[in-house]
Amino acid sequence: MTDQTPRENTAHGAKIPRTDMPCQPAAERIANFREVALGYTPDMARAEASRCLQCKRPLCRTGCPVEVRIPEFIEQTAQGNLAEAYQILRSTNSLPAVCGRVCPQEKQCEGACILGRKGEPVAIGRLERYVADAALAASRQGQASSPVRCVPAHAGLKVACLGSGPASLTCAGYLAGLGVRVTVFEGLHEPGGVLVYGIPAFRLPKDVVRQELDSLRAMDVDIRTNWVGGRTVTIDSLFAEGYQAVFVGVGAGLPVFLNIPGENIIGVFSANEYLTRANLGRAYEFPAYDTPTYPGRHVTVFGAGNVAMDAARTAMRLGAESVHIVYRRTRAEMPARQEEIEHALEEGVQLVELAAPLRFTAGDSKRLAAVDLQRMELGEPDASGRRSPRPIPGATFTQPTDLAIVALGTRPNPLLLDATPQLTLNKKGYIVVDEATGETSIPNVFAGGDIVTGAATVILAMGAGRRAAREIARRLLGEE
Amino acid sequence: MPTAILQKEKLIPGRTSKLVLDAPHIAATARPGHFVMLRVSEHGERFPLTIADTDAERGTITIVYLVMGKSTTLLEEMGVGDSIPDLCGPLGRATHIEPVGKSHKVICVGGGTGVAAMHHIAKGHHRAGNYVIACIGARNKDLLLFHDELAAFCDEVLVSTDDGSFGMKGIVTDPLKDRLEKDKEIAEVVAVGPVPMMQAVARLTAGFHIKTTVSLNSLMVDGMGMCGACRVTVGGETRFTCVDGPEFDGHQVDFDELRSRLSAFNAQEKLSLDEYREHRCHCHNQA
Repeated sequence: MTDQTPRENTAHGAKIPRTDMPCQPAAERIANFREVALGYTPDMARAEASRCLQCKRPLCRTGCPVEVRIPEFIEQTAQGNLAEAYQILRSTNSLPAVCGRVCPQEKQCEGACILGRKGEPVAIGRLERYVADAALAASRQGQASSPVRCVPAHAGLKVACLGSGPASLTCAGYLAGLGVRVTVFEGLHEPGGVLVYGIPAFRLPKDVVRQELDSLRAMDVDIRTNWVGGRTVTIDSLFAEGYQAVFVGVGAGLPVFLNIPGENIIGVFSANEYLTRANLGRAYEFPAYDTPTYPGRHVTVFGAGNVAMDAARTAMRLGAESVHIVYRRTRAEMPARQEEIEHALEEGVQLVELAAPLRFTAGDSKRLAAVDLQRMELGEPDASGRRSPRPIPGATFTQPTDLAIVALGTRPNPLLLDATPQLTLNKKGYIVVDEATGETSIPNVFAGGDIVTGAATVILAMGAGRRAAREIARRLLGEE
Repeated sequence: MPTAILQKEKLIPGRTSKLVLDAPHIAATARPGHFVMLRVSEHGERFPLTIADTDAERGTITIVYLVMGKSTTLLEEMGVGDSIPDLCGPLGRATHIEPVGKSHKVICVGGGTGVAAMHHIAKGHHRAGNYVIACIGARNKDLLLFHDELAAFCDEVLVSTDDGSFGMKGIVTDPLKDRLEKDKEIAEVVAVGPVPMMQAVARLTAGFHIKTTVSLNSLMVDGMGMCGACRVTVGGETRFTCVDGPEFDGHQVDFDELRSRLSAFNAQEKLSLDEYREHRCHCHNQA
């Protein structure tokens, strides 16, 4: 395979099968929190990269919210020029090792890949991960130069980012690359936002996040923890301290509960709490770490997005005997990444389709014992085009469960919004921004990520961070 | 950015201590009712403590804690010159204080370490010009917290002890009931302390139809509205103590649910503390 030139391969690109990525076997991985997907070897990466047709007008790139120069980085990868490939990735994407792991590629770049029309698309996400991991490994060994070329700092220019999730980090990375001094304020004790408290280590190892943060610090981005946006710092206080622009990337907020009887019984958790305990608190290493998790033998998870998958798979790893995901529609409508659904099922997570919770009930110990479920069926398509579920009258059943995890999304967090009444909000309470620039109703205050869109993906947040950074750079530096 | 401990006072040796912390960014904006989240070691858990006092000029905040689990045991082992690795705030909604003058009498009831948090609220009412009656209780004279601090500014301080060693003999609701029966000018009662005490106060004041505010001590993970661990039923609706509270209408709070939810991790908390004590014994024996 490796003795063929890329040019010869491109002619057969569609015929060469997509290269699988090795994974930890399901039986093994449910007993640990190590990464499930193990990444390509150099041979696998070259083989997969050589499938790319190098389209003149690449559709994949239009499917990417941060417009990664996909064919260019893949071409360099095919030729084994990993440093160049990484430079190309980093030129538009501050967190490639993260994106290669958590982006819903099938809905974005890979969904648009021309090879996908007749066969399987190029595994762009896996290649991105491979290139980023290789660069991070090289920089650990001190072999690589600074990931982004040094730019002389512009004296007196400084920008603040509130929150340290993907939106803020992208904004910070982009501006730092142009020589603007950036301070990132994080409320929690560890930076990274959802990458740290939300996405489990088996999907995104915390070392990867730490290295991405280190490469931002190497660009003189000042990351401060325990600074709560709206409390320890406010937008007014930042301008008073001489920041010329503020980016608000404070993320998703309050978890939504079901609003059904019994939801405050001990044993009913939000996915946010369950995952924050496990990820940020390292509860899977309790009591070596002090944050405990709640033990569940028979676990039910409500919801069908990535967060629900993460919670279900975390529960498996924490020793549950059974884990059921309860969803009011069917598998076909589940919004989670395909790979996450597949991995969850491989690991023994079971799906209860077309069911919705009615009430939780406690046992003798006043702790959760069961959930009553309502059978549903799919009716007519709603405004979003999805067939809306409706209850089948009289069809209810009881599922014994001692740990229920609610993963139904979030509503806006009030901390920053209450402290900043001048911000215009939409009907749902999220921040309204200018579509082209990301600017809020307050001049030179920008926003992006979940505090604008409601719960969405890492890459959309990054796209918003980049959009705002571009506009901030244009205003402060007078250039793109 | 670790937070230095500037002063430590053992209020009840081995049980309750007071720390003055160097936290200018929190002191600058903290108001009565606010709390902070702490993490006292690299492997530690986050937990909330209500701010007992602030000094914006010196840039300090005061916290008071009861040594109960592993985290507070670790905190108790720290002293002046040590630093708390993680501290953030101020969090929660500040106490709603209406400056209505001396005709507006407020009784601030405190029990256990709750007296410390109540102290900050009482001070807020005092500074707003309201007539403040502090009402505090303990098992005996030696376990009474913040008496002198409260006496320094409160218009009156009512004290009860279980054994009668100081003030009225009885529990904290006794002098409160006594006062409510005699004094028809009480506009509001604030209660901070153990759940059974707040529940008893709320039950008592309901009979007198007096507005009653309680400050809840729910379990929290982030303290910023992200997790919902602290949810509590108030007036039939689920609210979050961290962002909707920590103060709520005492007549609307489901105290039984609160008490139950506080016990969610009892087994794990005990395990954590036991393991730590055992580990500490080993270390001492080896030394």
